[in-house]
Amino acid sequence: MTATDDQFSEFSATRRLILKGAIVVTLTGLGNFSFGAVPALAAANDKWPEEAFKQKGQADAIKALYGKTAEASDKVKLDAPEIAENGAVVPVSVTTTLADVTSISFLVADNPNALAASYNIPPGTIPSVANRLKMAKTSSVTAIVEAAGKLYSATKEVKVTVGGCGG
Amino acid sequence: MASTIRVRATATGDTTEVQALIQHPMDSGFVKDAKGNLIPPHFIQQLAFECDGKTVFLADWGTAVSKDPYIKFSFKGGNKGDDLKISWVDNKGASDTTTAKIQ
Repeated sequence: MTATDDQFSEFSATRRLILKGAIVVTLTGLGNFSFGAVPALAAANDKWPEEAFKQKGQADAIKALYGKTAEASDKVKLDAPEIAENGAVVPVSVTTTLADVTSISFLVADNPNALAASYNIPPGTIPSVANRLKMAKTSSVTAIVEAAGKLYSATKEVKVTVGGCGG
Repeated sequence: MASTIRVRATATGDTTEVQALIQHPMDSGFVKDAKGNLIPPHFIQQLAFECDGKTVFLADWGTAVSKDPYIKFSFKGGNKGDDLKISWVDNKGASDTTTAKIQ
């Protein structure tokens, strides 16, 4: 084999590698695409409420999400720690004895965007949710329960020693 | 790739309790990396649980849900051995789906 031959074969090897890479990229790209279509269908009956999540203040977020205001109720039980050592992981849960619950939402008043999470409760699902939220600083946490078309809320102050939203 | 979703669904009497853990960065868009650049938001927007062809729970999440989110809820119905389908989609269009058997 001469030197030129060697160079040639090296060249074509690289070419082949590049081509292979291109094929792999296209395949994974296609894979992601078809994958995305499946859950989109599952969630198609209820769109993600973008406007409500964009609102900065708590009152605005509730208004954007439900279009009405909530009244405090002792039938909504909000469970959150008094002091959260790590604002990045604050366990918060809510249960209620109200009937015909259709939706439960969590709001953190002093976060950059107040609305943290909103859950649709179809008939047959028990109105009780536990999750973990991020808190930028000490703030009140509010749970909103929509039952029979009305809004009920419970609020609790949570002290945060290390914030979970900034760098 | 292993699924990002870990689920435990247990039926007791006529109710089924579901606990799920999902692996996801849940970047809020407010945090800076080591070089001081903002990490763009990357978070799960919707999470759906389906049992027997019916949606039993639908979550709309914002950036304030913790990294590697955990969720617990219960629903009436669901028998041992039934399939529970879980799927999520994030703000970049990525998604994952898994099916778990109710225990």
